[in-house]
Amino acid sequence: MTTTIGRGAAATADYLDQRTSVSVAIKGLARKVFPDHWSFLLGEIALYSFVVLLISGVFLTMFYVPSMNEVHYEGPWAAMNGVEMSEAFASTLRLSFEVRGGLLMRQIHHWAALIFMASIVTHMMRVFFTGAFRKPRELNWVLGFTLLILGLLAGFSGYSLPDDVLSGNGLRIADGVVRSIPILGSYISYFIFGGEFPGQDLIPRLFTVHILLVPALILALIGAHLFLVFLHKHTQYPGSGRTNKNVVGYPLWPVYVAKAGGFFFIVFGVIALLGATMTINPVWNYGPFDPSPVSAGAQPDWYMLFLEGALRLMPGQGMEWGIGEFTLSLNVLIPAVIVPGILFTLLAGYPFVEAFVTGDKGEHHVLDRPRNRPFRTAFGMAILTAFTILILAGSNDLIAAHFFLSLNDIIRVFRVLFFVAPVLVFIITKRICLGLQRKDRELVLHGHETGRIVRFAHGEYIEVHKPLDAHERWLRVGYQAERPLEIEPPVDSRGVRRKGYRVDQVRQRLSRVFFEDRVEPVTPSELAAAHSHGAHDTLEAGHSAPVRELEGTATGGGRTLVEPVDGSAPDARNR
Amino acid sequence: MSTHPSPTDITTYGGANLPDTFTDPGHGPHRLRRTDTDPAANKRAERQVVLLFAVSIIGTVLFLVAYVLVPPGDTAASMRTSNLLLGLGLFLGMFGIGAAAVHWAKTLMNDHERTDERHSLTPSEETRQGAVQALQEGLADANVARRGVLKGAMFSALALAPLSVAVPLIGEVGEDWDITKFKHTIWKKGVRLASDPSGRPIRAAEVTLGSAFHVIPANLEDEEHPLDEKAKAIVLMVRMDPRDLKEAEDRRGWSYEGIVAYSKVCTHVGCPVALYEQQTHHLLCPCHQSTFDLADGAKVVFGPANRPLPQLPITVDDEGYLVAQSDFHEPIGPSFWERLT
Repeated sequence: MTTTIGRGAAATADYLDQRTSVSVAIKGLARKVFPDHWSFLLGEIALYSFVVLLISGVFLTMFYVPSMNEVHYEGPWAAMNGVEMSEAFASTLRLSFEVRGGLLMRQIHHWAALIFMASIVTHMMRVFFTGAFRKPRELNWVLGFTLLILGLLAGFSGYSLPDDVLSGNGLRIADGVVRSIPILGSYISYFIFGGEFPGQDLIPRLFTVHILLVPALILALIGAHLFLVFLHKHTQYPGSGRTNKNVVGYPLWPVYVAKAGGFFFIVFGVIALLGATMTINPVWNYGPFDPSPVSAGAQPDWYMLFLEGALRLMPGQGMEWGIGEFTLSLNVLIPAVIVPGILFTLLAGYPFVEAFVTGDKGEHHVLDRPRNRPFRTAFGMAILTAFTILILAGSNDLIAAHFFLSLNDIIRVFRVLFFVAPVLVFIITKRICLGLQRKDRELVLHGHETGRIVRFAHGEYIEVHKPLDAHERWLRVGYQAERPLEIEPPVDSRGVRRKGYRVDQVRQRLSRVFFEDRVEPVTPSELAAAHSHGAHDTLEAGHSAPVRELEGTATGGGRTLVEPVDGSAPDARNR
Repeated sequence: MSTHPSPTDITTYGGANLPDTFTDPGHGPHRLRRTDTDPAANKRAERQVVLLFAVSIIGTVLFLVAYVLVPPGDTAASMRTSNLLLGLGLFLGMFGIGAAAVHWAKTLMNDHERTDERHSLTPSEETRQGAVQALQEGLADANVARRGVLKGAMFSALALAPLSVAVPLIGEVGEDWDITKFKHTIWKKGVRLASDPSGRPIRAAEVTLGSAFHVIPANLEDEEHPLDEKAKAIVLMVRMDPRDLKEAEDRRGWSYEGIVAYSKVCTHVGCPVALYEQQTHHLLCPCHQSTFDLADGAKVVFGPANRPLPQLPITVDDEGYLVAQSDFHEPIGPSFWERLT
């Protein structure tokens, strides 16, 4: 039996190989090594939730009708019987209530979309804070950023397909935003809606965007994104034995086939659990689109909240300007176009800014510990803070209702916080990073506290410290603290002005902002000095007059005693 | 005091010629798992993996059974039950496989880390020169050097060809591209104010003090595209004590015995401004919290809107029904570039 199967498999493999040279790819890839870390799973969640989106989405297209023709509903959902609605809405009700498993697939699709966006954002945070965007991965960062934008588009276009009253108002807001764009705005609005809002064309158009254009682009870019991951080989966290010249981890076959393949099923399973137990977007309670009603406490999906929040925070007075006979409405343009534009541009362009500032041309495959790059970590936190405040502002009516606060006060506070909080967070984060680096130095120089108190003959108490083993020490000293650039003088030795001095000056100034505050890693001589100092104290304490010693070191709190340990021996803490 | 370091232990760190930085000590030692050292644990892990696969099989069976035996039915409760059972089945069916595979990989598969080498991504100078040479050879083969007209013709043709797709697309995609439609609604002299959504005309006498009405034009259903027209024509009408009403000089006569009608489309980004607070005469937009004072020409008192809501001039006809005097005197809804042209 097994031999028959074995022979069959061999024959198939031979058949394929003679026609595709597949063995070349298998030989090269099967045992390819990938490093292991939980944070590398975030991108996987994004990939797998996208696959879940494709699977559940294909199911939905079998029953959904992208049409704005008016029909009267007849069906099991009694509350809507006889109500006039578009075919899109009616078919959404049908696939929710009459198609077996349809409601589950719809809820899975919506939950997967939320998780898709959340995993993209958190994956991006991981890449940002660990510096995984550095050369050679800048282009992959831009690809990933484009995927984020496409994800927003996919989400927004899909959210509007049921043609319910809530998403219809979302579209109306989008129309209002588009119209604020100078010169072209009204025409872009006509372009999108095929005439005036809501028109007859929007749902079929959104359908094409949602199931063809955007997913095709996402699929293609995911392919390019993963191809580059394979080409570059995955980054790895710092640790002993991990360098820019190697990659340490487990082979694709069988470990990651099992782990990553299994993880797909886990992601699918968890999304199914969400779809089974938690109602999402119950459009049958909202009703079909009608331009007139709107409900309080209406929220877009979470990834759109920052736009909604920006719109809510912007004060309107004096923000509509006349230019000749034309109207420029900055109260919409600034929050909906300019502010997100600035935040997203900062995000997309950061790798290039950092590369310019450091002047670094080398490849980086070992990740940074966030504390070792205080400016970057603080900058990322500041941008995240701005986004978070906009997201909270997008829910300000719910905050007001739940905490019994004045809506107007919340808005005023958020208006101030939007500018103040990122600055505060920047300063605090930078200080925390520097503090953690000093803690690392402290640990390397003086070792771990052991809790063992030793009493000397002359009565002094002292705590024994255990030095770090070589592996843990390497983790805490194995980085380079960037220093501000030093540039060549504006004129050469013959007094001739050199080219590029201006650019260098900008670079130097930025570099000071980035790297002025820094903590250098412990050097071997510093460690040796620290240890000999400790030994000196002990020897003194052992032999000479205790009075002078006590005077010199007061209560002895700063002194440590180091246990001699072979530096190359492993330590459990290294794990 | 046995742990007391002797001077010789310390001096091993010292020495005059220390390097500037530490060096990588290389890979740490491999740590064995329970399943590597204890055969019983190994067997147990295997049983757990089998069990997890079994959970998956049970989940799929549950799904199929629920699919056949528990239809969604006609009530909210039966729909919920069907959804819950199908979803739990799917969850177990998927999660079981995933958990089994990951558990297998973590406990039973070889966990010795391996090391691959990395090589610089920049190709060798030789390869690069080869690439440049290949391109140059091809260019020479193409014989395009000093044939400017040929190149010009080619680029012109390539640039123009897409027009045959783009022109009809752009021409048709915006319907008639007549953006002046933003500026008009179907309100005009004599159109009755009707209740939304029933379409029943409203008599002035029905509008009691303090009440608010959601209003549409009575002729809405005659339109070819009622939704498009409704999106622009929706109105909120309230009656307040005429003494509370502050009316601008040029708007005297737009209200009727304390009844005022304003466009319901927010001048911010176009949400229906639907929340009326009777005590303060404030109208709040639930989308972005712009607040308008209906007693004072619907001027903005808070939020991101900049302009007051446009007012619909109203009066009553011979039969006592409320009617419009004319269309709005300015475009309704959010601003746009050509609003005042």
